[in-house]
Amino acid sequence: MSVVGELTKGIYKENPVFRLVLGMCPTLAVSTSVKNGVGMGIAATVVLVCSNLFISLVRNLVPKMIRIPVFIVIVATFVTIVEMLMQAYTPALHKALGIFVPLIVVNCIILGRAEAFASKSNILYSAVDGIGMGIGFTLSLILIAMIREIWGNGSFYGLPVLPAAYKPVLIMILPPGAFLTLGYVLGFLNWLDLRKKKM
Amino acid sequence: MDIGHYFVIIIAAIFINNFVLTRFLGICPYIGVSKKLDSAMGMGFAVTFVMSFASAATWLVYTYLLDPKTSILGGTDLTYLRTIAFIIIIAALVQFVEMVIQKTSPLLYNALGIYLPLITTNCAVLGVAVLNIDEQFSFIDSLIRGFAAGIGFTLALILMAGLREKLEFANIPRPLRGVPIAFLMASLMSLAFMGFSGLSLK
Repeated sequence: MSVVGELTKGIYKENPVFRLVLGMCPTLAVSTSVKNGVGMGIAATVVLVCSNLFISLVRNLVPKMIRIPVFIVIVATFVTIVEMLMQAYTPALHKALGIFVPLIVVNCIILGRAEAFASKSNILYSAVDGIGMGIGFTLSLILIAMIREIWGNGSFYGLPVLPAAYKPVLIMILPPGAFLTLGYVLGFLNWLDLRKKKM
Repeated sequence: MDIGHYFVIIIAAIFINNFVLTRFLGICPYIGVSKKLDSAMGMGFAVTFVMSFASAATWLVYTYLLDPKTSILGGTDLTYLRTIAFIIIIAALVQFVEMVIQKTSPLLYNALGIYLPLITTNCAVLGVAVLNIDEQFSFIDSLIRGFAAGIGFTLALILMAGLREKLEFANIPRPLRGVPIAFLMASLMSLAFMGFSGLSLK
């Protein structure tokens, strides 16, 4: 597959959230506002690219038996770095994302890509795969967060977009709204696929 | 510390702040392992087991090795190693639990065996460990919350599995079959659990 193919597959064809159904916990938890979604997406993308690169670099040195613990420690190291950077430069975002920053370690997308892709591919492809998957993850977060924020709070990226007379549907930014939005988005994508097959 | 204090922690972890339905921790196994009731039970008990032990072990390591105020290594501040240390402890613990169960109870091993390796990447386990430290829980509090959070996870998982078994016979619109309908049910369940947030336990 070409470099461009590796980059774009993460966005729609193999989108980590909607197609592979990975990384559900952060997707549901931080999509209360677009701002949080973007922050989480960027943080996870940085970790994903760095860990993919590094794992690809050491892939021939790590014995097969202990590869998973080694991968987890590598991912945890990059998560710690990102966490400290966020604490220093974006304290408000760090506080808003809270426990989900250290939990990037157990985001299945990162370990999944390490195991399924970076441990078998060269450095360039692994980095590009990380960027593509990271963008796919960020876009999915933005989509879900957009639906929830506009509907549940009448705003987009913190700015009001609906007239003041609009009564926000509070449930959308509460936990049930997260499950509901994700369920219907997944259903909608399935519907598109089924329709395409029929034609 | 009276018994009421522990009661509050237990009720809060199981119902008011259920780890799956209001904190969004452990969604992957919640959707992935809830197709059959037996496997949901197995997964639930394995997670409860590991969560209780992980809460205790991570609390001890954080307090006595990483936190400069109480460390036995002198005043060295190693708190930045928290994430790495916790994930290693959890991975080691899962491996250890797997070996012990394999040696002592083949019956339990057959029931839980395949779920154990999956637990390392269950964010509820790391989540409860980090929350215990963030909210400055004591050792006993952490242990109890770890156990109660595991019970809360098991409860949500079993409820979901029961519903999904019934759903086999329902006529669902084709695009919603499988994972989407599971999320829609989780939404309704989460709505029901929000009713508990009105409870004030003090």
